Amino acid sequence: MKKKVKVLKIDLDKCVGCKACEVICSAFHAAPKYSLTSPEFSRIRVFRDELRGTFIPVKGSFYTKAECPSRVVYFQNENPLSDWKRETYVVCSMCGAACPSRDLFKEPGTGLPLKCDMCESDPPLEEPMCVKWCFVNAITHEEFEEEVREEVELEELDMALESLVDRYGWEKVSNAFGRMLFSKMGEGGL
Amino acid sequence: MRYGERGVSLEVDLSTGNIEKVETPPEWTELFLGGLGINAKLMWDRVGPEVEPFSPDNILIFSAGLLVGTPAFGANRTIITSISPQTLYLGFSMLGGHWAAQLKLAGYDQIVVKGRAPHLVYLWINDDKVEIRDARHLKGKSTYETMELIREELRDPRVEILAIGLAGENRVYFSSIETYRGSASRLGLGAIMGDKNLKAIAVKGSKPVNLYKPGPFVEVCERVRDYIIYRLNNPIKGVPPILAYIGSPQEMKLYDEQWHLENFAWGHARVRRKGVWTKEVEERFAQVQRNAIKKYVGCYNCPVGCAATLALPGMPNYILKCYSKLTYLMAAMVDDLEFGLRIAARAQHYGVDGFTTPQVMAFAVELYENGILTDQDMPGFPSDPQERFFWLLDRIVRREGIGDVLAKGVYWAAREIGRGAEKFDHNTTRKHEQMTIKLGMLNPIYFLMYATGEKGNITQIEGQLPQAPLPREYREEFVRDWPQLPTGKEERFKQFILEWGDGDKVFPFYPPPDLCCELVEWQEIMHYIDDCTGICAGLSSFPIKPPYHIHNLPLLISYATGIEMSEEDLWTAATRVRNLVRANNIRRGLRREEEKPPEDHWKKRFPEYEQELLTTYYRYRGWNEEGIPTKETLQKLKLDFVAEDFIKRGILKE
Repeated sequence: MKKKVKVLKIDLDKCVGCKACEVICSAFHAAPKYSLTSPEFSRIRVFRDELRGTFIPVKGSFYTKAECPSRVVYFQNENPLSDWKRETYVVCSMCGAACPSRDLFKEPGTGLPLKCDMCESDPPLEEPMCVKWCFVNAITHEEFEEEVREEVELEELDMALESLVDRYGWEKVSNAFGRMLFSKMGEGGL
Repeated sequence: MRYGERGVSLEVDLSTGNIEKVETPPEWTELFLGGLGINAKLMWDRVGPEVEPFSPDNILIFSAGLLVGTPAFGANRTIITSISPQTLYLGFSMLGGHWAAQLKLAGYDQIVVKGRAPHLVYLWINDDKVEIRDARHLKGKSTYETMELIREELRDPRVEILAIGLAGENRVYFSSIETYRGSASRLGLGAIMGDKNLKAIAVKGSKPVNLYKPGPFVEVCERVRDYIIYRLNNPIKGVPPILAYIGSPQEMKLYDEQWHLENFAWGHARVRRKGVWTKEVEERFAQVQRNAIKKYVGCYNCPVGCAATLALPGMPNYILKCYSKLTYLMAAMVDDLEFGLRIAARAQHYGVDGFTTPQVMAFAVELYENGILTDQDMPGFPSDPQERFFWLLDRIVRREGIGDVLAKGVYWAAREIGRGAEKFDHNTTRKHEQMTIKLGMLNPIYFLMYATGEKGNITQIEGQLPQAPLPREYREEFVRDWPQLPTGKEERFKQFILEWGDGDKVFPFYPPPDLCCELVEWQEIMHYIDDCTGICAGLSSFPIKPPYHIHNLPLLISYATGIEMSEEDLWTAATRVRNLVRANNIRRGLRREEEKPPEDHWKKRFPEYEQELLTTYYRYRGWNEEGIPTKETLQKLKLDFVAEDFIKRGILKE
């Protein structure tokens, strides 16, 4: 089966840390649309360190593994005009919010998680609003089709197990499960 | 519920530690818009003409413009107002960056600070929670160090901070208030902050700003966005590169500095150096700049990114603004951008104005070379021009020796030094250092702007127009597409561009006085609107053909606030604010005799004609022979309270 995939791409050299993406994201997702503006409600946030010249936009995403690509991918470039090593980040999509930033993507007041939905709307937008507002093209968006295996809808229990596997690995989870099974059997429970 | 704005003022008395949240009258928005307008009203109401700048009774207002916090691109300016220690008039200086947006998001339009804290403190505003915190450990810290330390202390990198450096603490008359990307430099408001023992204001907010008609508002923003992109890709033809684009201006992205270096005067605003911009200089400057730039930096909600983080070996990082990259090197007569950037780094960490400071230092060098200041006054004064500037800067901000006198600026220092030093005070107007430009023929438009612009800085009144006649081949194209023109003036202003420079249509008698008045009014009004809305002049009043203009600004204000505002209404409101600013100064003694550009600004002067120009302009603005707004003007502008006060004080007759 083919599936349409939309991704945000980020060019860190071009980001000036202006938060225009935060502004319009929060406004777009307000009800009624655009009636409220506050970066604290945004599903994209920019990590800014002006004095060191570092600006990294991060989006609030669905479940992501606790690993921030920025730690691995972005590092100082020897080219004085560029802060970032180009060949590494052109291949990377914009990182989803991972462990250190998760707290950012909670709606003030309610605490509900804020997740990027690529500005899904009816009729659909040409591009997500953060892309539109970022006219220096630090954030761009790409759409492509990807062959995907037909996935079976996961039950709640499966999802819980899968996240345990993600966190601890197959081996630990199956060992733990085995131990539990064993002890239950010992108690004559099963 | 109030839309666009907050309607809440945070009142802080540093003497008593009292903090109050006060609602501002809703009708003020329609009358004074916001930003500078409301600042001027508060200053009028609370700071009488008898109040000295360095007095606990002087207030210091930090205001977020009316549209700050909305999705309008570039609406991010903080407008700071107090009585200037240098001019003794209303001082209003602005800065960009991210601070104003956080103030608005925290729930306030402005902070009004009065009194004086018993020791150094800083203010920490986190939505409703407001604290006055001890800042004694920050004493002597640089502007950027202070910001970094406070972010660390509050354990939050998202806090936005305004801070003063050593200069402000020591009440240097031209100290600035800095944020990461932005500095309110002119007129010495950093010294007022220092006098109040207020080292910094940290703010963070999370409350959404509401829009009255959100859909239409964002539609206007989208058109503004399209025009920004258009202008970034379509420079104006027939003007120097630095004037051809939009932004604040694009000093970090452009390398071609022929216009500044050859047309502006070097030293203590003395020498023009035609031919200094050689291929070799150009290459060297470009290389230094490229090596120094670490990253382009934008203000809140504006991807244009006019500033840059600079990293120079052996210097702390800083973010450079505007053309202060050239002011120090030109004043020191050093053809080396590396020096310019290095001394600007130190100056910004100290927190001083990048326009006045180099001039004060060049003035000191001039006095030394003319034997008015001697080795006795300046023991150990180096002979190398670069070292001299660092030497002077260090002493000025610490107020050591001669630095203590120089810290008051050229006007006051000249009088204190005496011995003929007054003669060297040749480039100030209203006691404030002006742009270092020395030209040939009187320019009647600029004459009026220098004479009457109460912000004290030509860049805060000029805009919209080329500064010299366009080459003929570009004129038709220029006027064909000029949507920024005010209604009713289209044909007149287009005709001006088409004719200007032809035959006898040259300075000083062209444009004629009545046309000069209209052109000056338009340029100034657009600036006053920006000062009220908080929209950056780099996208609005300063460049030629800006994205914001008199046709889309009233829409944004209406859609944001719900106040019906036509083009005419907005023009009137800005005129009201302009007159209220003048009223504050008139009450403090401003009169016609102080309204003059530096005497040597042009070689060819026409004293009688200049006075005719000034009189025509005063009449055009509804001011009397002394430049005082008349009773009729004030009443028409609903400034009856000013008229009453003027009559009571005998400034106006019944």
